[in-house]
Amino acid sequence: MTAVIEVSGLVKDFGSFRALDGLDLEVQQGEVHGFLGPNGAGKSTTIRILLGMLRGTSGSVRLLGGDPWRDATTLHKRLAYVPGDVNLWPQLSGGEVIDLLGRLRGGVDERRRDELVQRFGLDLTKKGRAYSKGNRQKVVLVAALASDVELLVLDEPTSGLDPLMAEVFREVVDEERDSGRSVLLSSHVLAEVEALCDRVSIIRDGRNVETGSLAELRHLTDTSVDATLRGEVPPLDGLPGVHGVHVEGRRVQLQVATAHLGDLLTRLGAAGIETLVSQPPTLEQLFLQHYDQPEDVRPEPAVGP
Amino acid sequence: MNTAGTWKLLRMALRRDRILLPAWVLVFVAVAASSAAAVEGLYPSVQDRVSAAEAVNSTPALVAIYGPVYDVRSLGALAFFKLIVFGAALVGLLCALLVIRHSRADEELGRTELVASGAVGRHAPLMSAVLVGVIGALAIGVFTAATCAAAGLEASGCIAVGVVWAGGGLAFTGVGAVAAQLTAGARAARGIAVTVLVVAYVLRAVADVSDAGWMAWVSPLGWAQQVRPFAGDRFVLLVPLVVFAVVAVGAAMALQARRDLGSGLVAARPGPAEGRVGSAIGLAVRLHRATLAGWTVGVFLLGLLVGSLVTHLGGFFDSPRVREFIESMGGKGEVADAFVSTELGFAALAIGGYALSALSRMRAEESSGRIENVLTTGTGRVAWMAGHVVLTLVAAAWLTLVTGVGIGMAHAAQTGHGPDLGSDITAALVRVPAIWVVAGVGALLFGLGGRLTAYSWAVLVACVVVGEFGKVMNLPSWTADVSPYSHVPALPAVGFQPAPLVWLVVVAAALTAGGLFAFRRRDMAAG
Repeated sequence: MTAVIEVSGLVKDFGSFRALDGLDLEVQQGEVHGFLGPNGAGKSTTIRILLGMLRGTSGSVRLLGGDPWRDATTLHKRLAYVPGDVNLWPQLSGGEVIDLLGRLRGGVDERRRDELVQRFGLDLTKKGRAYSKGNRQKVVLVAALASDVELLVLDEPTSGLDPLMAEVFREVVDEERDSGRSVLLSSHVLAEVEALCDRVSIIRDGRNVETGSLAELRHLTDTSVDATLRGEVPPLDGLPGVHGVHVEGRRVQLQVATAHLGDLLTRLGAAGIETLVSQPPTLEQLFLQHYDQPEDVRPEPAVGP
Repeated sequence: MNTAGTWKLLRMALRRDRILLPAWVLVFVAVAASSAAAVEGLYPSVQDRVSAAEAVNSTPALVAIYGPVYDVRSLGALAFFKLIVFGAALVGLLCALLVIRHSRADEELGRTELVASGAVGRHAPLMSAVLVGVIGALAIGVFTAATCAAAGLEASGCIAVGVVWAGGGLAFTGVGAVAAQLTAGARAARGIAVTVLVVAYVLRAVADVSDAGWMAWVSPLGWAQQVRPFAGDRFVLLVPLVVFAVVAVGAAMALQARRDLGSGLVAARPGPAEGRVGSAIGLAVRLHRATLAGWTVGVFLLGLLVGSLVTHLGGFFDSPRVREFIESMGGKGEVADAFVSTELGFAALAIGGYALSALSRMRAEESSGRIENVLTTGTGRVAWMAGHVVLTLVAAAWLTLVTGVGIGMAHAAQTGHGPDLGSDITAALVRVPAIWVVAGVGALLFGLGGRLTAYSWAVLVACVVVGEFGKVMNLPSWTADVSPYSHVPALPAVGFQPAPLVWLVVVAAALTAGGLFAFRRRDMAAG
């Protein structure tokens, strides 16, 4: 496996405001990589550096084996981008935009285009001004997905889509993965991330806080356990990863780091288990744990992207 | 009419313009004040004034653009002859643009929707925009009158100048308000307002240099001019100006009540499902073509008008005194050449404005984020920018050519003299390098930073001030050399010289190349 995106130690300053502060990001070829983080964490700034729109202050960035700033033009032929905030030319129809962007990338696959237009239920004859946010997004999505590229960079691509269209989007991205394309997907829709992404990177305040597959990330978070035992509840406080123990007669409720679940069960099993409910962390809990502001809360910058 | 919340919106609008608006007021007041202060030194005796004023009144080129000096003995009338109706038109332009900026432009960007969903009346956003225009017009009028009087000119005439300028501003505040209701895009609304302004200006120009004097009375700028500061001070003409403004604003309010937020009066038509545009330059052509088509028609009509006025400089050849003056200038032919040359100079300034406006599309593409749709497809930055810049340079040359063709066709049709066409076209085309320099400045500023693009207009305004008003303001003569327009050989009145043109082309090329180079190296503005 080779990496299509390799970012390490990336720093970007806007005046005195540091938007990215030593960010690392790696996307492997053929994977759908989720790019997550609270608003203002630096996701769009990272993406815009990857696209050569901004130049990093320091750190190294490789995209498809090239330098995204210096080799922008050649690299862009091999990728397609869908911005989160799509703005279209007021006087051009959706069909004109799709064909224009496709041709600029070096050709439109007409059959694929027509298929996508049908699946997304897009009216091509409206002018840019008349489209809703979701429909503007569909126009650019169709243009991106209909082009023959190696990498798709999608910045919150479904933020304006209705649930039905978001479902179509998932199907299409799944197909793209199956045909060997790599995808960098920034999103706040957790169900979408869970359904699509092989691995995710979570960033906050311009820095990574976590990277890995969802299974790996789950491993790092707590599972809640609620058990009723046949006998006395054994002392559990000494066990690694266990906390929040609450004993009520023969019933015990506690939190355990998922990595240490086995040890706990061995100990409980020795006492004899009557009932056991073990709840893996929901994705929501997983993200909230990472999104939550740390102790040293940084004030929101007054300016900057 | 529901205008709840107008004051709050007005406060916000004035806060947004806290630099822009005072700066404009200052420019107008400074030009007026320095003209007022300089005139006595330039024309110390009554004799000097009379001969200067009569020379102006015998020169159709000047009368067409600025109107005549209505009282040849008055110090104030001579000091302000260039500034009366021309100034009123510029104040009108400023006010119309202000109203559109605070109404349609905000609406197009979706800001009005944000505001309108609050406790704000349906008409409040437009009303507050109109009030910004009114405040601008009144501020310019009052401060101008006060500083001119302080400079020692007769008070009543100074107040009349203030009335002319404020009146022009008020009338075109109304025009801007109506234009903002007609189209969904702010750019098109500005185009409509400017077109009305140009037509109003041309009507009074024709009235001044032909037998069709009545035409002055169908133009708001004609009314403003006929106030005749320092030569009668007909303050009563403020009444039609104010009535016109009130009626126009009322019409705008009525139009607004009939349409949906965000839409124009004409519903958007569906477009083709498949596109033919397939390249960055193709996209640039597509974006520029409607405006360019409008300008092409406009400059052609203006050219025809100028060309037909050349041989119809009506009343001018009637009096013996004027005939004598014309003889001293070298005969009828020379006067006609001077007329064509002056009008072409103005056309070149206007086409410089077209070039800057065309280049400002790049800024709009960048700040809207649309540029990223294109730049992430393998289109290089330089290729993208060069497309817009080259298109603008070619379009500027094309518009200049069309102006020359218009003048030449009408000219030749009247004289039955074929060569006039060729010489008028050549006279037009020598202006192109100067326009390219202005465009080059615009390209350089955009390349250095998108936000700087707006400052390119200051460059054009400076060209107008030093080129047209430098003498009456008694500015040092080197200031005129700063303007690229002053280096153009003023064909057909003056002979052809290639050297300055070559230099202008070199400067324009260097500025443009600098812009392209800088653009390659900078960050894109956040989408």
